[in-house]
Amino acid sequence: MIQNDKLIEQIVDRYDKDVGMLIPMMQDLQAECGYLPVNQLRDLSRQLEVPLSRLYAVATFYASFRLAPKGAHEVTLCMGTVCYLKGAPSISEAICREFRVEPGGTTRDGLFTLQAVNCVGACAVAPVMLVDGKYYDNVTPTSAIEILYSLATDKAIAEKEAET
Amino acid sequence: MTGLGNTRLCGPADLERMRQELLSRRVPSAKSVHVCTGPGCAAKGSPKLYELFCAAVSQAGADVQVQAKAVGCHGLCEYGPIVLVQPGDIFYQRVEEPDVAEIFRETVLGGRLVEHLLYENPATGQKADTVDKIPFYKVQKRIALAYNGLIDPTSIEDYIAAGGYTALPKVLNGMGSEQIIEEVERAGLRGRGGGGFPTARKWRSCRQAQGSPKYVICNGDEGDPGAFMDRAIMEGNPHSVIEGMLIGAYAIGSSQGYIYVRNEYPLSVERLKQAIEQARELGLLGQNILGSSFAFDIRINRGGGAFVCGESTALMASLEGRPGEPRAKYIHTVESGLHGKPTNLNNVETWANVPAIINRGGEWFASIGTEKSKGTKVFSLVGKVVNSGLVEVPMGITLRQIIEQIGGGIRDGKHFKAVQTGGPSGGCIPAEHLDARVDFDELTKLGSMMGSGGMIVMDEDTCMVKVARYFIEFLQKESCGKCTPCREGLAQMLHILNRITAGEAEVGDVEELGVLAELLEGTALCALGKTAANPVISTIRYFRDEYDAHILDRHCPAKECRGLFRYEIDPEACKACGICMKNCPEDAITGEKKVPHVINQEKCTLCGTCWEKCPFTAVLKV
Repeated sequence: MIQNDKLIEQIVDRYDKDVGMLIPMMQDLQAECGYLPVNQLRDLSRQLEVPLSRLYAVATFYASFRLAPKGAHEVTLCMGTVCYLKGAPSISEAICREFRVEPGGTTRDGLFTLQAVNCVGACAVAPVMLVDGKYYDNVTPTSAIEILYSLATDKAIAEKEAET
Repeated sequence: MTGLGNTRLCGPADLERMRQELLSRRVPSAKSVHVCTGPGCAAKGSPKLYELFCAAVSQAGADVQVQAKAVGCHGLCEYGPIVLVQPGDIFYQRVEEPDVAEIFRETVLGGRLVEHLLYENPATGQKADTVDKIPFYKVQKRIALAYNGLIDPTSIEDYIAAGGYTALPKVLNGMGSEQIIEEVERAGLRGRGGGGFPTARKWRSCRQAQGSPKYVICNGDEGDPGAFMDRAIMEGNPHSVIEGMLIGAYAIGSSQGYIYVRNEYPLSVERLKQAIEQARELGLLGQNILGSSFAFDIRINRGGGAFVCGESTALMASLEGRPGEPRAKYIHTVESGLHGKPTNLNNVETWANVPAIINRGGEWFASIGTEKSKGTKVFSLVGKVVNSGLVEVPMGITLRQIIEQIGGGIRDGKHFKAVQTGGPSGGCIPAEHLDARVDFDELTKLGSMMGSGGMIVMDEDTCMVKVARYFIEFLQKESCGKCTPCREGLAQMLHILNRITAGEAEVGDVEELGVLAELLEGTALCALGKTAANPVISTIRYFRDEYDAHILDRHCPAKECRGLFRYEIDPEACKACGICMKNCPEDAITGEKKVPHVINQEKCTLCGTCWEKCPFTAVLKV
């Protein structure tokens, strides 16, 4: 990660301080931090000379911006028409029930953030789930839960290795 | 660039020389393995296959002329991952990692077919060794997707060698703005993003509009759920979009373009970025393009995940760094669009059609299609159909041809119920209209619309009220909230639909939906709101009996709405294995060994676990 106090300056310079490029700037900030920390937003608003309220308006309007940190993994469940018809709602229910998480929320242990999106454009192999950008096709409630548990196992293995 | 030495092309002659040079380097006997890395195949692991093929190529002896290529979506996603071996157009489907060595040994080196990887026609059992023998591809006609699956989308050289960037010099070398627009007019090209507005008329209005600079925008915010046509073009042949935009910008008199890509398509952004870089290096973007005085450059913006940004004025607001709220369009964007300047916005597929029109002439393009809808249209044919995938068909083909001939009919021997076109703004078309021709006006007449090209096939197990509810819920979430009819009207419609699907509806609810639909159509600010009621209106129009069954009989005919049907165990089919009993979270199932089990309806919460778990499909929905 780039040093914090320089981060906003660098991002703003990348787009020549063009306020029209506010959304790409905020996307860069999110890519860097994983979410939009309020201090950074304040800094960005000061440097662009744009009220913080406008940044907040943008951050809350677009679904891809997050104002809270996300979990270690990013789980995206497609809720497009085809995935929906082929059973995405029951997958979502199963995940929520099994891991006690709400769509848009993060599991208590911070293992993953669950996000439901409109369509990821892989309708031919629906239902689709993404974990950290990797596609899983023809997912079922059972297979989805298995995939997510394997994240937990991977984490446990990694921790064990770190200990020894 | 790889050793051609000419980093910048100073004129059309340079470009032609480069093309000839590229073609002359090709060895006719050289083999080439094309691995589809479109969204469908990629999800099934095709990038790994590509790596393995590359490894195999590098291990092959120097005397073997062979290359591996990662190409864009080939269309038949259902049978992915797809691998093609050229020359010969040999089509392998459902290729897995262990098959790579076999394909390489048998087909690439040995020139023999690998039988078990060939496509087998499920109807006749016949194997097809080449693409054109597969029914899925037979009826198709490809213009926008012409090079998809043939060229490497990351290589501008591939595009040029295949005849790309020939329309651009033609235009720069003596076609005037008006002449270009006339050619597009002759072609009868209409906007592929949904509205179907004549492209030439838009270009002309923008050209004639006062003010400068002028902007051209490519709308790659493919928001309709169930649609991935634009994604396939942006990722499979990004240069066709760039070339189209160059031609449009030249005709309109613009020097700055934008491509607005959906947030969910990171690969599209990457491919386009790379393509723009390559075009800049060759002098096909930037100042003095191909030695002329024409200057044009393109910037890519990523969307933020808001469906409404597919609407042109909302998209422009987003490009200006504001929340994507649309505005009333009494002043057209061609006069006052981005930053208040004349702006011409077209969809990805529209742009991708432009080079072909210039190259082959408007008349050729207009010879395909119907009277008012010319050319072809790309559809993502998905849902409960056998061959899911991406198809490009001539306008005027019937829905039946698409679904039955190309799509191979309905999955699992079920019956067709409806096809949903046009995304959330479209509607559901029932079986009695399957012989309708696919064209902008015909689909609108049926209460649906062409839309951007999602075609979602539904079978008897799909509850049409639930489908309507799905779209209204989707739109209600995505409504920007600027105008009251959309914000409040959709919320109210969703409320009523929730009641219907929960079995709590009252007589008169359907009429109430009709009133709200009329209100939205007449008073909403933008197209999102104006067309939002279409899924409801069209399902009421064709499937009123389903609404009535939900409301009057408290029964869901498709047995999808929880609470409006029951689970029962078929005593004939039940093998008394006890799996359902073990899994029932409510202990609602009773039974003993060798005695068929029974569901206690009073205890049952209709969770459906028994239905999912029963290995003998003895649990029935009634």
